[in-house]
Amino acid sequence: MHELAITQSMLNLALEYAKRAGAQRITHINLVIGEMSGVVDESVQFYFDFVSKDTLAEGAQLVFEWQPARIRCRACGHEFALEVGARLPRPYWACPVCQALGGEVVAGRELYMDSIEVE
Amino acid sequence: MKVQIVKDILSANEQIAQENRRLFDEKGVFVLNIMAAPGAGKTSLIECIIESLRGRLRIGMIDGDVASTIDADRIARTGIPAVQINTGGACHLDANMVRVALPRLSLDETDLLLVENVGNLICPTGFALGENLKVMIASTPEGADKPYKYPGMFSVVDVLMLNKVDLLPLLDFDLDYFRRGVEALNPDVAFFPISCKTGEGVQEWVDWLVERCRAG
Repeated sequence: MHELAITQSMLNLALEYAKRAGAQRITHINLVIGEMSGVVDESVQFYFDFVSKDTLAEGAQLVFEWQPARIRCRACGHEFALEVGARLPRPYWACPVCQALGGEVVAGRELYMDSIEVE
Repeated sequence: MKVQIVKDILSANEQIAQENRRLFDEKGVFVLNIMAAPGAGKTSLIECIIESLRGRLRIGMIDGDVASTIDADRIARTGIPAVQINTGGACHLDANMVRVALPRLSLDETDLLLVENVGNLICPTGFALGENLKVMIASTPEGADKPYKYPGMFSVVDVLMLNKVDLLPLLDFDLDYFRRGVEALNPDVAFFPISCKTGEGVQEWVDWLVERCRAG
């Protein structure tokens, strides 16, 4: 359900910049979304088609650039990608080098709008 | 034509959260954003806090639920000012819902504001409200695998309560497995095993809270 709130914020942001640029129409919205942001792209697209009706952004294409999740191991400093599908009991955030658990999330929580393309 | 933006999509929420926070700081109100799955014991914990802090701190409460005023009514019976927000289906509170609710509370007469978020382990993590601390309540019947399944929530909270520890002898809850998951995601979290029912651990948590509250 929070995709609706995210989509609404996204639309507001795109419209604000499009108006400032004097645009007639938004054709593309380029988004950068981290794997750990918890956002489901089909859901965002679904809500977008609904909330963008009768706005400059109606019919705009959403372009998702997915940012893989990366962790920096707290024990040895090695940076590794999260294997989101890995099976328990080996937790997927175990460092592949030293096996220590956990670390700092250095990428994967992104949720931002990079740019829009307008006419 | 391309228009560069590079702006967080939830920046509008973030901005309102910062405004809320400024207001809380100005009025000397310490704010907890309390998050948990439905039934973990959010309202019970709030009742425990109210009971333990009666006469020590002036408490106010904002309750977010999809529907009904059951929780706010429950808290109002304790004599604490309680405001209900019905999100009308939304799965989380956002900063603006809190802002709109604030005029219904007297912040000048509040030291500690308890905001009970909607019961959900996913959506509330993305929406700051202007709180000082994010508090999560897990509970033993939910199972020890929850840190592994909901890393988003477990990794961002400042305080983690494990409620219903009085049930541990009856459950297959592997406390060590749970602690290891938490440790991996969030080694700095303040962890309190408690039982709102028997009162076990509540005093330690409340003393810690008062200290944090005084430190601002």
